[in-house]
Amino acid sequence: MRLARLPALAGFAAVAALLAGCGGPQSIIGTMNPAAREIEGLWWIAFTSTGVLSVLVFGGLFWGVRRSLRAGRTHPADDPDPATRAREDRWILILGAGLPGVFLTGFLIVAVGTGFSVAEPPSEPTLTVEVIGHKFWWEVIYPEHGIVTANELHIPVGEPIEVRVTSADVIHSFWVPKISPGKIDMVPGRTNVIWMSADEPGAYRGQCTEFCGVQHALMSMLVVAEEPDDFEAWLARRGRPLALPDEPELLRGLEVFTDAGCAACHTMDGRVRTAVTGSPGPDLFDLRSRRTLGALAAENTRENLEAWIVDPHRFKPGVRMPAHRLGEDDLAALVTYLESLGR
Amino acid sequence: MTSEHEPAERPPTPSAPEEAFHEELSRIWAPPPGLLGFFTAVNHRVVGMRFMVTAFVFFLLAGLLAVAMRLQLTLPLLGVLSPEAYNQAFTMHGSTMMFLFVLPFVEGLGIYLVPLMIGAREMAFPRLNAFGYWIFLFAGVFLFIAYLSGHGPDSGWYNYPPLTGPGFRPGANIDFWVVLITFLEVSALVAAVEIIATILKHRAPGMSLNRMPVFVWALFITALMIVFAMPGLILTSLMLGLDRIVGTHFFNVAAGGDPFLWQHLFWFFGHPDVYIMLLPAIGAISMIIPTFARRPLAGYLPVVVSIVIVGILSFGVWVHHMYTVGLAMVGLNFFAAASMLITIPSAIWIFAWIITIWKGRLASLNTAMLFSLGFIVLFILGGITGIMIAAVPFNWQIHDTQFIVAHFHYTMVGGVVLPVFAAVYFWFPKFTGHFLDERLGKWHFWLFVIGFNLTFLLMHLTGIEGMPRRVYTYLPGLGWDWLNALSTAGALVMGAGVGVFVWNVLRSWRGGAPAGPDPWGGDSLEWATASPPRNYNFLRIPLVTGPHPVRDGVVRESKARPAWLEELTERPEGRRENIVTSVLAAEPEGRAVLPTPSPWPFWAAMALSVAFLGAVWTPWLVPVGLLLTFVALVGWHWPRDPERP
Repeated sequence: MRLARLPALAGFAAVAALLAGCGGPQSIIGTMNPAAREIEGLWWIAFTSTGVLSVLVFGGLFWGVRRSLRAGRTHPADDPDPATRAREDRWILILGAGLPGVFLTGFLIVAVGTGFSVAEPPSEPTLTVEVIGHKFWWEVIYPEHGIVTANELHIPVGEPIEVRVTSADVIHSFWVPKISPGKIDMVPGRTNVIWMSADEPGAYRGQCTEFCGVQHALMSMLVVAEEPDDFEAWLARRGRPLALPDEPELLRGLEVFTDAGCAACHTMDGRVRTAVTGSPGPDLFDLRSRRTLGALAAENTRENLEAWIVDPHRFKPGVRMPAHRLGEDDLAALVTYLESLGR
Repeated sequence: MTSEHEPAERPPTPSAPEEAFHEELSRIWAPPPGLLGFFTAVNHRVVGMRFMVTAFVFFLLAGLLAVAMRLQLTLPLLGVLSPEAYNQAFTMHGSTMMFLFVLPFVEGLGIYLVPLMIGAREMAFPRLNAFGYWIFLFAGVFLFIAYLSGHGPDSGWYNYPPLTGPGFRPGANIDFWVVLITFLEVSALVAAVEIIATILKHRAPGMSLNRMPVFVWALFITALMIVFAMPGLILTSLMLGLDRIVGTHFFNVAAGGDPFLWQHLFWFFGHPDVYIMLLPAIGAISMIIPTFARRPLAGYLPVVVSIVIVGILSFGVWVHHMYTVGLAMVGLNFFAAASMLITIPSAIWIFAWIITIWKGRLASLNTAMLFSLGFIVLFILGGITGIMIAAVPFNWQIHDTQFIVAHFHYTMVGGVVLPVFAAVYFWFPKFTGHFLDERLGKWHFWLFVIGFNLTFLLMHLTGIEGMPRRVYTYLPGLGWDWLNALSTAGALVMGAGVGVFVWNVLRSWRGGAPAGPDPWGGDSLEWATASPPRNYNFLRIPLVTGPHPVRDGVVRESKARPAWLEELTERPEGRRENIVTSVLAAEPEGRAVLPTPSPWPFWAAMALSVAFLGAVWTPWLVPVGLLLTFVALVGWHWPRDPERP
């Protein structure tokens, strides 16, 4: 019996060891939020208990096969009498209904309890953020401050934040596994609500999890949790009216911006205009301070920004922004201008 | 394919009247010869085999798409497939496996085996049967023509609007999906009606419902589920088709439509659908294990009742696909509880098989038995991850990640494809009169199962590490690289296993070791006739006296046959006939004259194709096709002289 179960036990242990090594940037293991940790706990309960149960069943199966093969060498076919068959039926019901019945009752109670517990934040949210899904990026609005940005949420560390999500086009799904209790779909015409909070400062990765078209794969985001002072400073740098630049080089950049048609899709002042925005591209006011381009498709460096403007499809095939033919000087002026925004 | 040919072997020393009767029946049931005969054949074994072979070709095609996807995901940012090509590949893979492989294959298995298992000469509506096959073939072929001509659907097999609506996905790609899936379900409904009628009215006298083989029970419940579930899909794909083609706004948010409507209707079909695929597999395993364990199935009644319970429960779980769309928490928990409840009937099956094995006398572990055991293990693993993702909060984290992909491949490959392989190894001697090769069979089993676990066991971890589904690539540094590389290696091993299987089937179809009528010692009625069966299935319709007709010697005691049985089943007078028996107790009621081979099912399917497929080009072809279908139906039902065979 013990020998029979050994391979299954070894397999179980191997999987457990592998799992213990988990915890990458987007893992549901090693989370930084009380609700996500509770779900992590639910996972470990489920993994361990079903693991033990299935090892028992596999042991029974393995032992049954051995026993049956031995009997098969010596005995001819079997024809059980009615009493035996009734006993077998009873055992099947006891094991088949009883074992999962008892286990599932317990597991369901834990699961339902966890569900109600994680659905609401532990205290009133101190901040509301609106996130609107676009093909294939995230528009981020701070309604209390009237500012808008993209693909990078900043939140104060340790505080519960309410996130209200919707979509400007198709269904997307908002998921930052480390710091929120799972994901919530972003459905056009509806507003869904989820909450998040980060125990420690850091940049947490999130990704769209509802197939939304050709570039679903590279539609990611960052949530940056900062100390309250840093967060306040971050807020204060935004939402200022845009002024005409006084340096000629920057003025030239602005001209390129207008002539090349960038303004058809991009705003540049970081301020919310209407309740529902239909902006096809992200606001560029704080582009300079963002860590990535194209919703985490590339690191935000000057070279990448230049290459992105010339051909964004190199980084993100299928993205809605078209390629641009710009002279070398024009491109440099444009990038210089973009990097001056919000300074 | 070959099953219409006369088998070489005859029953031992046929008496003169037996021989004369055999010749009379052979004449009546002979298939029409030649190329024309190919299009007019209606025999259930021909149709069943065509379903299985065609579905298996689609399985191979979808498997190739899977390998292409795995190659693309081997390492971050590879360029094996473009994003567009990848999105088409996963849509085609899912749609093909769900609609063109699993369901048609198990339907084909049922169409082939059910009449044999219940002692009938033919299905209830042979022409309808052929019609269903042609529809399936045309729909499948057109889907692949669309794909190969660059118009493959590319928004997932579940096809959520508004992504698939006319506003966000213009072009013919989604039109093809919508039209062909609606069209295909006609085929599924036809087969379901056929199976229900055959099982209820054409069982051999004495085969009361409580003596029916578990496989027949499973097919019966499956067919009922198809009748209730498929209209949901037909309705919703029709609505999307209308949105796209004639500008209705069922799912258009801007015009007051609702994308959740699609999700509810689609999953109201979609979740029963996975049990529609699973139940025939459960039935097949419940035939295979007792045969090799050389004893009756332990717990016949609990197993059958569990099949019925799953058939009912499966209609109450669909919202577990929608935990993250933003529904009220209390409601979700009811669907979680219903989803978990399915574990209980599943566990009853599993313990019934384990006890059957435990108390049985296995002679050896042959390939069919290995696949059955592999199925039990993988099905349990798929079941426990199923319990996990039925828990609402865990699902909120893990929904739409690779974990889900791993879970449903354990239930669909472990739970359906492995039993399909087991069934093929088990019934291949009945289909062809030859065994599949055991040595190749074991290579097939081990390559397939090891490759499968390498691919999909690791995919659970990939999902826990946060990799979403339906992504054509991923960035480095997320801890997904080595897991994906190993998954790809596993897929190649699995593919090699399938290659061995194909080679085994091709080699053994004619060249395998010859098999007699009952090579495994099975005791349901299909083993009481020749391998492959004659065109008329049974020379003498058996009189069933117990749950184990072959062991009870029912066929061989032809001397003691009552006069009414001879009257009902052995006076064909040149007509194809089935005995009609009562629904519950299978008491004789009369005889049904069956239609002869006919080209009209083929033409009717062609005409209906014009209506459905034409809608992709212009809605005006719909009335044209329907008119042609009407003409074909008139031809189909044109009254004939009843005296002329």
